[in-house]
Amino acid sequence: MESELFGKLTLSAIPYDNPIIMGAVGASVLIGLAILGWITVAGQWGYLWKEWLTTVDHKKIGVMYIILAGVMLLRGFSDAIMMRSQQALAFAGAPGYLPPEHFDQIFSAHGTIMIIFVAMPFFIGLMNVVVPQQIGARDVAFPFLNSVSFWLTAISAMLIMVSLGIGEFSKAGWTGYPPLSELQFSPGSGVDYWIWSIQLGGIGTLLTGINFFVTIIKMRAPGMNLMKMPIFTWNILVTSVLIMLSFPVLTVTLALLTFDRYLGMHFFTNDMGGNMMMYPNLFWIWGHPEVYIIILPAFGMFSEIVATFSQKRLFGYHTMVYATCAIALLSFTVWVHHFFTMGGGANVNTVFSIATMIIAIPTGVKIFSWLFTMYRGRIQMTTPLMWTLAFIVYFTIGGMTGVLLTVPPADFVLANSEFLIAHFHNMLIPGALFGYFAGYGYWFPKMFGFRLDETWGKRAFWGWAIGFGLAFMPLYLLGFEGMPRRLDHYVNPAWHVPLEVAMVGTLFILAAIIMQGIQLYVSVKHRVALRDTTGDPWNGHTLEWSLSSPPPFYNFAVIPKVDALDAWTDMKERGIAYAQPARYEDIHMPKNTSIGFFIGILAFIFGFAMIWHIWWMALTGALGMMLLVIIRASSDDVDYYVPAAEVKKIENARFAQLKSSPQAKDEIGHGTFPVFVQPQV
Amino acid sequence: MNPEQMNPVVLMNPAGSIGVDEKYLILTAFALMLLVVIPVIVMAVTFAWRYRASNDKAPYSPKWDFSGKIEVMVWLVPIVIVFILSILVWRSSHALSPYRPIASTVKPIRIEVVSFDWKWLFIYPQLGIASVNKLVIPTGTPISFRLTSDTVMSSFFIPSLGSQIFAMAGMQTKLHLIADKSGTYQGLNTQFSGDGFSGMHFDTIATSNQGFQDWVKQVKTGNGVLNDATFKQLEAPSENVPPQYFAKVKPDLFGDIIRKFKPGMGQ
Repeated sequence: MESELFGKLTLSAIPYDNPIIMGAVGASVLIGLAILGWITVAGQWGYLWKEWLTTVDHKKIGVMYIILAGVMLLRGFSDAIMMRSQQALAFAGAPGYLPPEHFDQIFSAHGTIMIIFVAMPFFIGLMNVVVPQQIGARDVAFPFLNSVSFWLTAISAMLIMVSLGIGEFSKAGWTGYPPLSELQFSPGSGVDYWIWSIQLGGIGTLLTGINFFVTIIKMRAPGMNLMKMPIFTWNILVTSVLIMLSFPVLTVTLALLTFDRYLGMHFFTNDMGGNMMMYPNLFWIWGHPEVYIIILPAFGMFSEIVATFSQKRLFGYHTMVYATCAIALLSFTVWVHHFFTMGGGANVNTVFSIATMIIAIPTGVKIFSWLFTMYRGRIQMTTPLMWTLAFIVYFTIGGMTGVLLTVPPADFVLANSEFLIAHFHNMLIPGALFGYFAGYGYWFPKMFGFRLDETWGKRAFWGWAIGFGLAFMPLYLLGFEGMPRRLDHYVNPAWHVPLEVAMVGTLFILAAIIMQGIQLYVSVKHRVALRDTTGDPWNGHTLEWSLSSPPPFYNFAVIPKVDALDAWTDMKERGIAYAQPARYEDIHMPKNTSIGFFIGILAFIFGFAMIWHIWWMALTGALGMMLLVIIRASSDDVDYYVPAAEVKKIENARFAQLKSSPQAKDEIGHGTFPVFVQPQV
Repeated sequence: MNPEQMNPVVLMNPAGSIGVDEKYLILTAFALMLLVVIPVIVMAVTFAWRYRASNDKAPYSPKWDFSGKIEVMVWLVPIVIVFILSILVWRSSHALSPYRPIASTVKPIRIEVVSFDWKWLFIYPQLGIASVNKLVIPTGTPISFRLTSDTVMSSFFIPSLGSQIFAMAGMQTKLHLIADKSGTYQGLNTQFSGDGFSGMHFDTIATSNQGFQDWVKQVKTGNGVLNDATFKQLEAPSENVPPQYFAKVKPDLFGDIIRKFKPGMGQ
């Protein structure tokens, strides 16, 4: 059946006959064309190419990651609406509007997209923007590698989008358990799209983990020892370690599945000595640390935000650091709790159950630390702080249901049920997504030079907070009513009302997402009024607030010397915060390069070719990537010096702006803490 | 009317002792955790309100970032609760292990469960009969299930009776359940297994011993035979399959299904 030129790809791979899919494809293509057309009309191709697509600046790469996450959030959320409406409609004999083979793709895509292409790029984007600024560095350790990481992630998301119109997506769930994901039961292109998009994006993530580990270990400003490092950076350091330790496991696991599917091997097949239970073990050895890879960065964001907006120091910094490390370590010891029902025996289950409950201890300690940070503070009810409060309340409930699920006999009746769905959304939406939204609002002025509109921000917050409760609390009840996950239709009439309530919750979230769009629009429109002229709009504690908003491309004209944990607060208190240095030196910076972009394009070609068994094209893509890496590695023309005179010009403009700033006293602060120091020139 | 319809929250209205024990375990663990959860929620709300920026009367300690007493408390309280929960886990995991036979003076009934795409086969080896998508059991009698799969992984679950367990090709798992009240209980597959997954459920009829014997007699008078030919039909994927009964079953069919995948490994 396979042709040499096109592999398995034929025209019949396009689902012409499915109006829902073709509508989605049409809409995506139209939006894409509209954006491309707008860029052309505006004559912005040169700008886009020079300033964004070929950039190695961590701040711009960060922004591109966040845009990617935003786009994929819309896709993943569309899937969610479709699932919710299907389950609200398809009861008591009604088939709903989605046939099983389509519904199965939707929930598989929803999980994969939300975890790998929303949560990951969202926090990676924020950490790209923030971490170098927090540690007083001018870029990451490997700026070119950073660009490669981004493009690998972006093209992997692109592969998933392509699966909409050419072929299909996986119907085996986001976890892709064999033997269902084996060739025998999933012969189509769907599982291959799933494998290759996760594989290529996963390599990008692994490179990011290495990059940030080295950056944080090697590039901190003088004086910033590990225990003076901002708490967000600490969380990213631990996250990077988790990425480096766990992602190779995922890569190997998927490679074994690939060998089964492409080379007829038998790692996870039913027969010929395969063992399908090896797969869940390996998958969750990556998968459970992955949960903390997603959540720890959000913990870091909450920590920064709660301290800043309580106008106080973070309570129990040392405890926070040790708790984070403990969580990371323990996250590798609990994977079996994802399948207590495999029949592993009481002793095995008990060990993994208790290990899981032990994680609740450092996590609980963190929650108390956030609470005692607010205690005796002066709390400014900004949108980021409201996200944090909603997180604390919801996450505590999610933690409780998580501990319940880890009691093996309770899991025997709750596993694979809607209770589980409620639990992990309860961890990931308030625990991760709310954190990223809070971080997005908190660091938005640092990225773009103006703040986000608070009114629309709060409206969006309430939409999410209420919508989340309505959408997921009924699912806990459904778990107790014995409803399994992933049903495309059902007969039990008792399940119908909770599912309708959940549907209403989803509509609240839809409204919230629209309001987030309005918030962005309104903020851009009022950007002059919302301008952050000091670079320190929230009276922050850490070094990123010492820079202008947005910072110059080199971040720090002079690398700061750190003497205290809250380095920027310390400088403000000692009155040295806004002192302009007497002289500047040449700054060593990396040059932009298009090689990362082209490696991404070739990786896309490689991935697409592998999915469709177009071997000549896969080989071309792979060799092309290798060639580009060799070219880059042999090139000496990778860096340049910014002359001191140019630095001085940029910095003089910054200090002139500071002098004339209307925000000489912090707008939202009371001026009582810490003392704002006038620029000393 | 089904008990599910009268008492929709099945896990809180179990019909067998395993389910009852699991219900009280859930409630106990829940109560223990509320000891932490309620204070956290109360603190979150009261702290946020009391220390709001506009409240000048509340004390303000911007430099306060450590308290030995609080540190000890926030570590100690969760540790104590997890310690108590751990004891609970150890005991309940062993007591409610799906592999542990239920202590009873009544001789247990052995049922062999095989999952197909997308239906369940129940073989009664002591009685030489079998059924598809209909499980009939006597009340008050421990049921000793052996499970495997002829296809992808499935998970066998009767919410009213308690624990579920995976069924995997080439492997055998065990599950022990008991129905103390007679009634009709829904049974399901909870592990997603492909297009026909949503229709892969069956009725479990728990009836008196006499009712069960009558049912067995009735099945035995039927003319369905589970041999190689009918087995082939079962193996073909089918959805929303109505109940089927077999008066005769090929001996050790269950073992054959396991050995088919893993030669030499079935018992």
